[in-house]
Amino acid sequence: MLTLGTDEFAKYPFLADAGAYLKDKGFTLEQFGSDPDLRPSVDKALHRIEASTDNTNYHSELEDGMTTKSYSLEFEVFSFVIAIALIKLSRMPTLVRRFALAEAKRAESHLKTDLRKAQKQSEIDLIKKIIFELSGIEIDKPNEDFFTISVTDYLTESASFNEKEWKLINHHVENGKVFLNSKKIIRLLRKKIDVYITTKINKIRVPEMIPGFEAKVDNLISLGKKYTPVFVSTGEYPPCIKHAIEVLEKGENLTHAGRFMLATFLLSKGQSVQQVAPLFKNAPDYNERVTLYQLNNLAGNSGNTTQYSCPSCQKLQSQNLCFATSDCANIISPMQFGRKKA
Amino acid sequence: MQESDIRFLENSFKKYYFDHFDKIKVPERTHEREFGYQKFNSGMIRHLAIKNNEELRLMLMNNVPSDLYCSNGYYTFPNLPVNEKDWKEADLIFDIDAKDLNLPCRDSHTAAICADCKNISRNLSRCTACNSNKLEKKSLPCKHCMDASKKEVGKLLDILINDIGVSKENIHVYFSGNEGFHVYAYDLALQKLGPRERSDLTGYIMFKGVVPETFGIRTSKNDKTSLPGLDEKGWRGRFAKYVFGSKSKRSKMPNGMRAKEYSSFQKILDDAAEDIGVRIDPNVTVDIHRIFRLPDSINSKSGLSKVQCGDLAKFDPYVESSLLSDDKAEILANCPVEFRLKNKKFGPYDNEKATIPTYAAAYMICKKLATIA
Repeated sequence: MLTLGTDEFAKYPFLADAGAYLKDKGFTLEQFGSDPDLRPSVDKALHRIEASTDNTNYHSELEDGMTTKSYSLEFEVFSFVIAIALIKLSRMPTLVRRFALAEAKRAESHLKTDLRKAQKQSEIDLIKKIIFELSGIEIDKPNEDFFTISVTDYLTESASFNEKEWKLINHHVENGKVFLNSKKIIRLLRKKIDVYITTKINKIRVPEMIPGFEAKVDNLISLGKKYTPVFVSTGEYPPCIKHAIEVLEKGENLTHAGRFMLATFLLSKGQSVQQVAPLFKNAPDYNERVTLYQLNNLAGNSGNTTQYSCPSCQKLQSQNLCFATSDCANIISPMQFGRKKA
Repeated sequence: MQESDIRFLENSFKKYYFDHFDKIKVPERTHEREFGYQKFNSGMIRHLAIKNNEELRLMLMNNVPSDLYCSNGYYTFPNLPVNEKDWKEADLIFDIDAKDLNLPCRDSHTAAICADCKNISRNLSRCTACNSNKLEKKSLPCKHCMDASKKEVGKLLDILINDIGVSKENIHVYFSGNEGFHVYAYDLALQKLGPRERSDLTGYIMFKGVVPETFGIRTSKNDKTSLPGLDEKGWRGRFAKYVFGSKSKRSKMPNGMRAKEYSSFQKILDDAAEDIGVRIDPNVTVDIHRIFRLPDSINSKSGLSKVQCGDLAKFDPYVESSLLSDDKAEILANCPVEFRLKNKKFGPYDNEKATIPTYAAAYMICKKLATIA
């Protein structure tokens, strides 16, 4: 386990044993259910969960990434531990998924700043250790402006990025190392950080119901249901579409290209925007307004009135979205799946 | 191919394998590799598991293959179909072939065999006998072809060592036995890369997919300080040497590199790929389930062996890889192109009988430019 400073513990509470911190401070989880003096920490935890579900800002106690107030650390760590206890008690996977994603985004933002600011060797060493713990990837800082990672780590992590700027050729490469600025290095590791936090939260066992938390847990269950989609499946979807639906069902993140494929397929099959929209409810970054706007655009109801068509099998293969089975033989587009000659 | 030609080649190959038992070895981690072979006038036999040198040699003597292959991939079950093999990792291999270099000399040493009437001529567009355009072209690469291929190998080695960080000792260069080179980069971390990652790596090596911003050119506000310097390492330095040549030219900021010339600079970059990018075959490198010719086995396209190059600059493939016997063979040759093997000149032959060493006879028979008399 990493030895963290106060600021780091508050920023990255998932890296340390936050539960042990609670105990060290002389508290038990049960006390938070009944002690009115501890109510602010519970409210903070609920705020933390709600902010993660509707993608709004979590108002942290940190100022510029630092625990400037005497109570900041306790407040941050307590609210983190209680938030996890509450979402675990709700047994709503969608809440876990959204909470983990929000924490990952927060961590990403702190890491970017910490990397940029790190000047002293001790600061650099600590941030290197944090990144290694989160991603299993070693970084180095050979000069003022750049960080380096190994060519193989870079190629592995950037493989899912399609933009030209992420091609290896568009980076300085020397002696087996790729040179990146702090922003790029953190963007590159986003998925790993997300997986680390999700895995860590998933591993925590569900506690016994804490007296005083019952109503709050019921509210969270209602909140979770709001974001749990109703799935439509005719059983005739091609495997790529089934896979995309499964990903959403599990509350996992479906790539932009995957969402485009799913939406254009269903819209082209004659489903309405209103029928398709609920499918995306479970996406970790679901926003009803944005989803409807994008679906209307794809359907040609707004914007330039062009109706987008479903990508070809070849395109989907290049995007790692193809999961062809023998039933896909001789088709060149998911739209042709299931068609048989008379 | 005629029965008598197949018999001749099989006997010559068998003698080579028998005489060079000590050279024909299974690669490391043998039990994790897939082997395959081909016989003359027959299809490929793949998904074989071979345990050791003795088993390999027994297979060579029993089957006398025209070509012998081994996977770059390592598997738990190498003898099962691809989907069930359980891929672990694969050697990183690059293929440089003279035919992909579009060299101007190529036509001068290429013969055309008419698919309709079997006539052989130097006319590469139409058959001189029946005017058919169905022609099978056979090139007998010259020294210039090999020198140009070696230059590409040199460029590749520079990038692998100085950019990618592979140590020199872990890079093995082989003459493929026909028109090019196979470069093996042994590196534990690189071996784990999948096709997508290898594809990005080939783009880097070929200087493909580069954007102007990487070389300091934006859509506006360009200045000299962001341009690459001649002393810089990696692609910025290589590109600076290519495009500026000297420091004085760099300071003048050439056409295409000023503000508002973003798209013309993109064209400069795209064109540069032809000159400074390494001309590897990317499809070979990204394939993690490919079977490659086994080192020291014979290539049936030429009768030459795939051999490891020591000093690349001094390496002469047409001396060091011509390992079939000197025993004389009588052939009917129709080879309009002159060629050299083992420092001896052969041809051109105009449908004439000739008694020449086995290695030269096999070379022409493999190219379908001669038959056993």
